[in-house]
Amino acid sequence: MEIPVGLGPENGAHAPDTGQLSRDGRWDTGRLYLAIAKGAFRRYSTYRAATVAGTVTNTVFGFILAYTFLALWQARPGLGGYDTAQAVTYIWISQSLLVTVAVWGGGFQDEVQDRFRTGDIAIDLYRPVDFQGWWLATDLGRAAFHLVARGLLPTLVGALAFHLRLPTDPLVWAVFLLTVLIAVVASFGLRFLVSLTGFWLHDSEGIRAVMLVVAMFFSGMLLPIGLFPGRLGELAHVLPWAALIQIPTDILLERRTGGAVLTGIAFQLVWALVLLAAGRAAQLLATRKVVVQGG
Amino acid sequence: MAELLVPEPQVRGPEPQLLAPETRMARVRWALRSWRLVAAMWTRATMAYRASFYLMFAASIAATSLDFVVLLLMFQHTDSLGGWSLPELGFLYGTSGLCLGLANLLVGSADALGDRIRTGTLDTMLIRPAPALAQLCAERFSLRRLGRPLQAASVLAWSLTELHVRWTADRVLLVPVLLVCGTVIFGAVYIGGATLQFWWGEVRELQNSLTYGGATLIHYPPTIFAKELVAGVVFGIPLAFVNWLPSLRILGKPDPLGLPTAFQYASPIAAALCVLAAALAWRAGLRAYRGTGN
Amino acid sequence: MSLIELQDIRRSFTIRTKAGRLRREKREVHAVDGLSFSIDAGECVGYIGPNGAGKSTTIKMLTGILVPSSGRLRVAGVDPARERVRLARRIGVVFGQRTTLWWDLPLRDSYELARRIYRIPDARYRANLDRCIELLDLGGLLDTPVRQLSLGQRMRGDLAAALLHDPQVLYLDEPTIGLDVVSKARVREFLREVNTRQGTTVLLTTHDLVDIEQLCGRVMVIDHGRVVYDGSLDGLHAAGQSERTLVVDLAEAGPAIEVAGARVVKVEGPRQWLAFPAQQSAAPIVAAVAARYPLADLSVREPAIEDVIARMYAEVAIG
Repeated sequence: MEIPVGLGPENGAHAPDTGQLSRDGRWDTGRLYLAIAKGAFRRYSTYRAATVAGTVTNTVFGFILAYTFLALWQARPGLGGYDTAQAVTYIWISQSLLVTVAVWGGGFQDEVQDRFRTGDIAIDLYRPVDFQGWWLATDLGRAAFHLVARGLLPTLVGALAFHLRLPTDPLVWAVFLLTVLIAVVASFGLRFLVSLTGFWLHDSEGIRAVMLVVAMFFSGMLLPIGLFPGRLGELAHVLPWAALIQIPTDILLERRTGGAVLTGIAFQLVWALVLLAAGRAAQLLATRKVVVQGG
Repeated sequence: MAELLVPEPQVRGPEPQLLAPETRMARVRWALRSWRLVAAMWTRATMAYRASFYLMFAASIAATSLDFVVLLLMFQHTDSLGGWSLPELGFLYGTSGLCLGLANLLVGSADALGDRIRTGTLDTMLIRPAPALAQLCAERFSLRRLGRPLQAASVLAWSLTELHVRWTADRVLLVPVLLVCGTVIFGAVYIGGATLQFWWGEVRELQNSLTYGGATLIHYPPTIFAKELVAGVVFGIPLAFVNWLPSLRILGKPDPLGLPTAFQYASPIAAALCVLAAALAWRAGLRAYRGTGN
Repeated sequence: MSLIELQDIRRSFTIRTKAGRLRREKREVHAVDGLSFSIDAGECVGYIGPNGAGKSTTIKMLTGILVPSSGRLRVAGVDPARERVRLARRIGVVFGQRTTLWWDLPLRDSYELARRIYRIPDARYRANLDRCIELLDLGGLLDTPVRQLSLGQRMRGDLAAALLHDPQVLYLDEPTIGLDVVSKARVREFLREVNTRQGTTVLLTTHDLVDIEQLCGRVMVIDHGRVVYDGSLDGLHAAGQSERTLVVDLAEAGPAIEVAGARVVKVEGPRQWLAFPAQQSAAPIVAAVAARYPLADLSVREPAIEDVIARMYAEVAIG
């Protein structure tokens, strides 16, 4: 029998135990958050087998869904304004982004849930490092790792097996990466709110499950929002989940160019900020609640 | 399934010596009974959080319905996909979802084997006088997993009313055979895939590409996929026997691979082979875990 | 009659360690390396050793979880490697840090499951449960969900669960870890009862020498996968020349106490530490001190297992 060594994360890496760092005056806030993000990146990079398994899964789904889109666009060429190559590219890019943007939920949410279970969460609110900032930094570190580890391979395999429409202009790629970054922040804002419900509900599992359904559908992960009929489509276009997959993908497919790129980014930014502010407010309420209950 | 909801009747147990499970049949009965005992405990445990249970149950139905909503949205834009109509796809969707859902309900918990090993739960199972596999499959059992089979069954029922099929005897008979064999095949995939975690603890997600990925694949007609892919699920991991091949017969569709008609009736053989493979894999995994024979 | 018998048991693992960025090295580790001993029916044996010495590997082999790489092993007449399920009916296992009880269900439900899984005849089940309820004072807890029990209550619940099927052998892994003084005393009292009255053979691992002192007539020390000591606790203390400590709080600070049979090792204001050989009784020393000095308080501290073992090694090295 083989015993894999060092599978789990070091326990310390989970806990926001930065009291020492911040007491040390030389650490300024920016460097602190960078260190937190780097730590998260490194931690996720240790789950090798899980990363490989996950990437394979994204690739398998990429294949299956790409064929279904090929069939649909064969029946209806140019559907929703996507040509066939764009439609297939849409599938592969959305599969590549799925875990990075955490449409499914997860990432820091599992860790927060653990801390609710152990009761450490009440202490976390009083740490010298800001609660929301801490988890945002870890989530950005995680997303950076997932973008590289779980994004590149499906995209490459997709490009080898199918005819994809990827941009040649490096500027488009740069703007795409920027929108992915904002998408991660917006997704974080949503997940943070869900996790904080744990302060009021016995467990937030149920809410998480409902959010998964809503997010998978309204992000355009299953079908481009442009293919939704009538009112449903109009609604989907203004909900925050559109910021997660639909907008970054449309920018990469160069369906949004010029001014539409800017309005797309503005849409994402507004939602990201609104969600972060809502999370901040919920955090204040949670802190007050913990004070009242004495921890 | 309703049986799981009622508390187990007070069975008077005979003397242990007399009941030592010796014959193969007795062993199977004992495994099923162990599964039922543990699953009933988990059912009661999850019911301790009733509100959370109902929310999760609703979410599970909604989540599994999403795939079908996507199908419906696709058919807003077209009348057929790969030469198959919406009711025909509904038949594929319903059978695939029902088989996957039942397999997940019965043995799906096995896919958390890596976690069970890490937390020592598997060791606890090994010191109980009951088959470890039965206990593993019942671990964390929850009736909320009924969501998928229920949703799929209703789609299947709808498709059966919409389909224009001349119901000959063999076609009628093939439907229940398909459902049983499909469930068995998916169950074997769950257990066989879980076995990998004896060696690689973290590869749980790989399983998803076989189970959920596989079920998604066979939601759609075989005609839209590359021939290599279709051949892969006929001769490799035989998911084609869950519903594709029998459906060709039931719905009277041409076979894109042009295989002999016998394949369309061969699901029981495929299911038996899957069970054999999964059983061998499980035994090998457990032997490796316990360190037998090196 | 020996109930547990090990002959030259070995167990090795292959461990993968990171070597450089992508390379991993495989290394063979001998967790248990030629272990031989036997335990008679009715014995209570303490099985101790430093972390990583091979204790839990041994327990896992004795419970049938792991199969030895080589050697001969019999527990209650059964080869654990071949007849795991049969063995399971004859042994009881309690892990101090891991409960086998059902977290969200009333304590009673865990026992009901045990009744069915172990196929315990009704009359026997009722008698055993009644006895456990009485001895472990579980009466008021049966309908409480396990998650609401204190650590001590849960341990008592676990002990009962392990004994309902009348096992011939009871394995305990750190049964008193994390418990308060009262709970520890109660657990020990119960185990003594089970061992002496019922004749259940007990094998326990612990880091608390008091467990062994109060329960075990025999102690085995294992290190690097081998038995390095097998005998009485007194013998172990003698081998290690280990010392207990009498902590004395005097009414006021004063010069170091002088008393026969003990020496002062530390003075801190009115508190003084006196060391004396572990196998000696503390009573005469306490009496002598009390007769000559005004006492506010006193307590006796047992040596830590690690210290005893370390000193035993030192002795072996010197001798």
